[in-house]
Amino acid sequence: MGAEPGPGVRIGVDDWAAEAAQRTRAREGPFGQLRATLDRVGPGWWLALMVVVVAALPVLGASQFLIRVAINALLFALLALGLNVIVGEAGLLDLGYIAFYGFGAYCYALLSSNQFHLHWPSELTILLVTVATGCLGLLLGLPSRRLLGDYLAIVTLFFGQIFVQLATNLDRFQPPWASKPLNVTGGPNGIFGVDPIRIGPVHLISQEDYLYLLLGLLTVAVVALHRLVGSRTGRAWRALREDATAAELAGIPVRRLKLFAFAVGGAIAGLSGTAFAAVQLGVFPSNFDLTLLIMIYAAVVLGGAGSLPGVLLGAAVISVLPEVLRDPDHGRLLFYGVLLVLLLARVRPWWRPIALLAGTVALGFLIRLVAEALWPTAVTAAGAGSDALGRALGAWVAVPTKPVAIGNAAFVLLVAALLLLTRLRPAVRTFALVPVVWLAAFVWESRLAGEPSVTRQLLVGAILVVMMNARPHGLLGRPRVEVL
Amino acid sequence: MPVLLELEGVAKRFGGLSVISDLDLHVDEGEVLSVIGPNGAGKTTLFNLITGVYRPDAGAIRLDGRSLVGLEPHAVTRLGVARTFQTVRLFLNMTVKENVMAAAYGHTRARPWQSVLRTPAARREEREVVELAERQLAFFGSRLTGYRHHQPAYSLSYANRRRLEIARAMATRPRILLLDEPAAGMNPAETHEMTELIGRLRDQGGYTILVIEHDMNVVAGVSDRVIALDHGTKISEGPFQRVASDPRVIEAYLGLRAERT
Repeated sequence: MGAEPGPGVRIGVDDWAAEAAQRTRAREGPFGQLRATLDRVGPGWWLALMVVVVAALPVLGASQFLIRVAINALLFALLALGLNVIVGEAGLLDLGYIAFYGFGAYCYALLSSNQFHLHWPSELTILLVTVATGCLGLLLGLPSRRLLGDYLAIVTLFFGQIFVQLATNLDRFQPPWASKPLNVTGGPNGIFGVDPIRIGPVHLISQEDYLYLLLGLLTVAVVALHRLVGSRTGRAWRALREDATAAELAGIPVRRLKLFAFAVGGAIAGLSGTAFAAVQLGVFPSNFDLTLLIMIYAAVVLGGAGSLPGVLLGAAVISVLPEVLRDPDHGRLLFYGVLLVLLLARVRPWWRPIALLAGTVALGFLIRLVAEALWPTAVTAAGAGSDALGRALGAWVAVPTKPVAIGNAAFVLLVAALLLLTRLRPAVRTFALVPVVWLAAFVWESRLAGEPSVTRQLLVGAILVVMMNARPHGLLGRPRVEVL
Repeated sequence: MPVLLELEGVAKRFGGLSVISDLDLHVDEGEVLSVIGPNGAGKTTLFNLITGVYRPDAGAIRLDGRSLVGLEPHAVTRLGVARTFQTVRLFLNMTVKENVMAAAYGHTRARPWQSVLRTPAARREEREVVELAERQLAFFGSRLTGYRHHQPAYSLSYANRRRLEIARAMATRPRILLLDEPAAGMNPAETHEMTELIGRLRDQGGYTILVIEHDMNVVAGVSDRVIALDHGTKISEGPFQRVASDPRVIEAYLGLRAERT
């Protein structure tokens, strides 16, 4: 791998031993020590930490908005766990996964609303719907007996679309025996007035109730999946993911296990669907569109397919990040934070990033002085930010009074500069970084900070790109080898 | 010696091409039978027919008197037929130990809910599977033991991958091992080691072995009996010396016989 083999490692004898030795050496220094300590903490403790943090939210007086974000994150994590069974463990590219979620949600809604005037006890409904979605998983998994990879993806994608079409159009279903059309799904308007969950005498009404319910469900699912994945079933899933023929000939009934993966994934999605319907008190076809599917995939891939903690982390990042960035001040903090961390981590030795930052600050003031001297009316006195950091940065960077036109031009210039930067020699690049960093700050302050909704998506996208580039196999995933 | 594996009048054609025709073959309990023959003679097809990857167009395949025809490959494996592949096929992104443990699926019983609840039966079985895997890996001496248990299969050297594939086959608890060119691509020292290993598999492991091999040193070293295939038919059978000197075999390999018309 380019690196010199460490002492005691014989060249060509054992790559893996050499890599392991390299990893051990990487454990030195304060950061290495910290990392080693974190690695030693068992998965059970991480789960416990997650549970405690989420459970403490209401106690610590979190706002309703924050609790809503947490509920969404938990739902999303549950969904990602189910998809991880199908895609991460068994390696089946299922693009119809969202249909399981929708099926679960609609089934719960139909059995607990005035749509058919059914109000079944929630515990029964949830159990029934979960099992039914598992069976639907078996059914939709049938093509996986013959189809692999892209082909399976296309067929399952079609299933997902059928579901949305059915949900949208089954409001005037004409059964042969009935005289007038039957309204099953409520069509584009969906079903509303869905009952909240009640378990025995306990009615789950408040957001906090659902937070705890979902936290409980997620914890149970994580523990159950952790055990299942470590058992003979999980090994068989991974084996068929790696080489289905070899797995079959090693005595593993491949087709049955593929179906079982679909059933488990489907059941989990169905379960989260019921919770979703109860939280939202309604279901609508637009809740189950492709965007959500892509987001779930993003969570699984970002976290590391096949890694339970990874998938949970990925789901948390994907669902919480856009919410955090709703506040432009948070966005600013994140933007400059990431910029700073990247510079400190990537530019070596240590004095270079410091010199670079000093240079950038000086350049900023210089440009401001020049701008004020030449066109006193073109520069605003203070920045666009509402907090101290924003005002300070705005003042430093010299926000123009006509930010849109200049900001747009600067944005294009920034992209061009970044592309150019990758073509430069390392020695020149450090100097070239000074104006580029200033330009980035200028674009942010004059243009992006003013439009949080667009900036939010840009930032989320940029962060995902950076994360996936830093860890191509997912945040907590293990590197996978295809063919050697 | 009783017959363990028996093929009777087995035929297989792909479209118009007859790959195996009217093949009779038997493997006795505890013997090493080598199959030789030029490329395209139908050797690997023979393995695919026995293990249920292909279904024969005609004929019977029996293991210990029980028909294997029409069974799915995993069911054939469960009855006691395990194989390796000409091109090594491992579960590359699983650890060495997991590769072997995965192959214990066929003879383990824990249901998914038992694994989730960690019932005593499931835990006992899991311990047994770990022990089984460690035992099979220990069969290869220090090659696949120690820290190697936990390294991913893709990090193994080529020879070790071949060994791991055999260990995986052993973990299915087979009665007969089908080895498809176990010494292909190995250097002389590794080839020699493989020859010894096959002998040990029979003597210590107690397996019956059907092996396809091109390296005549290996064939001479391991075989109790040899059969030669050409164009899907058996052209010679017997001890190595006799088969190796059979003019039909020499012709099949080298095409030496002068055409006389």
